[in-house]
Amino acid sequence: MNAKISFTDVAKTYPVKDGTFTALDRVSLDIADREFVTVVGPSGCGKSTLMSMAAGLVEPTSGGVLVDGVPVAGPGPDRGVIFQQYALFPWLTVRKNVEFGLKLTDLPAGERRRRAERAIELVGLSDFADALPKTLSGGMKQRCAIARAYAVNPQVLLMDEPFGALDALTRVQLQDQLLDTWSQEQRTVMFITHDVDEAVYLARRVIVMAARPGRIQQIIDVDLPYPRTEEMRLSPEFGRIRNEVWHAVYHQAPA
Amino acid sequence: MTQLTALGKSPAAPAARRGPGRPRRAIALNLLAVVLGLIIWTLLASIGVQGLPGPLQVAAKAGELIADGTLLDDALASLRRVLLGFLLGTFLAVPIGFLMGWYATARGLLEPYVQFFRTIPPLAIIPLAIVLMGIGEVPKVFVIFLASFLSSVVATFQGVVDVDKTLINAARVLGASDRTIFLKVVVPASTPFILVGMRVGLGSAWGTLVAAELIAAQEGLGFRMQQAQLYYDLSTIFVGLIAIGLLGLLMDRLLLLAERRLTGWQERR
Repeated sequence: MNAKISFTDVAKTYPVKDGTFTALDRVSLDIADREFVTVVGPSGCGKSTLMSMAAGLVEPTSGGVLVDGVPVAGPGPDRGVIFQQYALFPWLTVRKNVEFGLKLTDLPAGERRRRAERAIELVGLSDFADALPKTLSGGMKQRCAIARAYAVNPQVLLMDEPFGALDALTRVQLQDQLLDTWSQEQRTVMFITHDVDEAVYLARRVIVMAARPGRIQQIIDVDLPYPRTEEMRLSPEFGRIRNEVWHAVYHQAPA
Repeated sequence: MTQLTALGKSPAAPAARRGPGRPRRAIALNLLAVVLGLIIWTLLASIGVQGLPGPLQVAAKAGELIADGTLLDDALASLRRVLLGFLLGTFLAVPIGFLMGWYATARGLLEPYVQFFRTIPPLAIIPLAIVLMGIGEVPKVFVIFLASFLSSVVATFQGVVDVDKTLINAARVLGASDRTIFLKVVVPASTPFILVGMRVGLGSAWGTLVAAELIAAQEGLGFRMQQAQLYYDLSTIFVGLIAIGLLGLLMDRLLLLAERRLTGWQERR
């Protein structure tokens, strides 16, 4: 089994006034190398918690997460994380934001600049390299955050509802852009979303989660070839899979 | 507690006043208000409010005090005290504020003292300071130091605590160590808070200074006014008040300028 990311019986519980609250209940999931997986589910199903465990930002109460067969112990630049709130450093320009992670490596300055330049170009922000985040639109901010993650060349991309705060058109553009880069560089992507359309359009497999306690409800394969196109969104096959995911997400039997 | 909330909000507050300069209309209205004020003042003085000097008398007195050097000496004496106390207070407050914000242990140990002394107006310390430190420069500088220290320390501490956790996580996932996170994320992110704290601190230092000088001093703007009070010299008191106001305004504007320079990256809403 050559899983890139492997969750084994991970659980997360929090102590509350009367007992414990179970955010995640013994979830196991393998994500293959270079696979694009989306995770959907109602709020409170623990999908972000699951991703944060792979990022090393949240420690499971029990169970373990392996990335490349190595137990996750804290965050690291081998796993790029994109947050819903962009999380750009507002006092740094686009270029300096993208260089932030590179400066933590021992790359020479010239190579750092070259890599930052390439990442900025990849997301189409070259004209705004010296702009401060406050002057950018939401979509541009998220592209900058994506460039910052790409720059350190992580093998895994963990994306936590990255397009959730964007308007519908920008969202579709960024989805296509993301798939484009993914097909070129073939990173392993774990993408959290609450948008069923987005989940089906991007993924090879859709992980549907359920809440109270957080668990995996169903895993749905998306048998549509890459590259995905806008026409595909209108195809009967896409519609069928979307309905299946939709049903799994919104018609969950109460726990 | 009200002060805390005010501090928390203020980094965003100056944003409304920013922009490419105030519209001409607003400046015209400001000038009009000043002129109207002077006219009312003149009228009040001329219809005979007992002993009240008019603007011209005050201006003449100011000319006199400037000519013989008294005003400059007093202003310099006051400024020296306030700057010394303010700089000492701020330089100590910023590292301590960071310490309190970053290490829970330091916070636990220091917070009771900071929160307790914050509730005591620095002026209330004056009697104690005079008894313990005599009537020289030390107690005055000390009280000013305390005033600016307390407001800066709380602002810095609050700034560190309020740093967006997502930014810290964003740095962590890129492989940043705690040290890098502190220097490259926490310090810049809390700068707006620190600068607001410094402005509040300077204001309270200035207010404390004049009061300290009213009680015991040989020179300074507060001392001069105290002397003038003994001789019923209202003109000198007015000159002193105006000088205090102008100097305070000037210092505040300078810090505001620094604040805009350093924190222009802030998102305005």
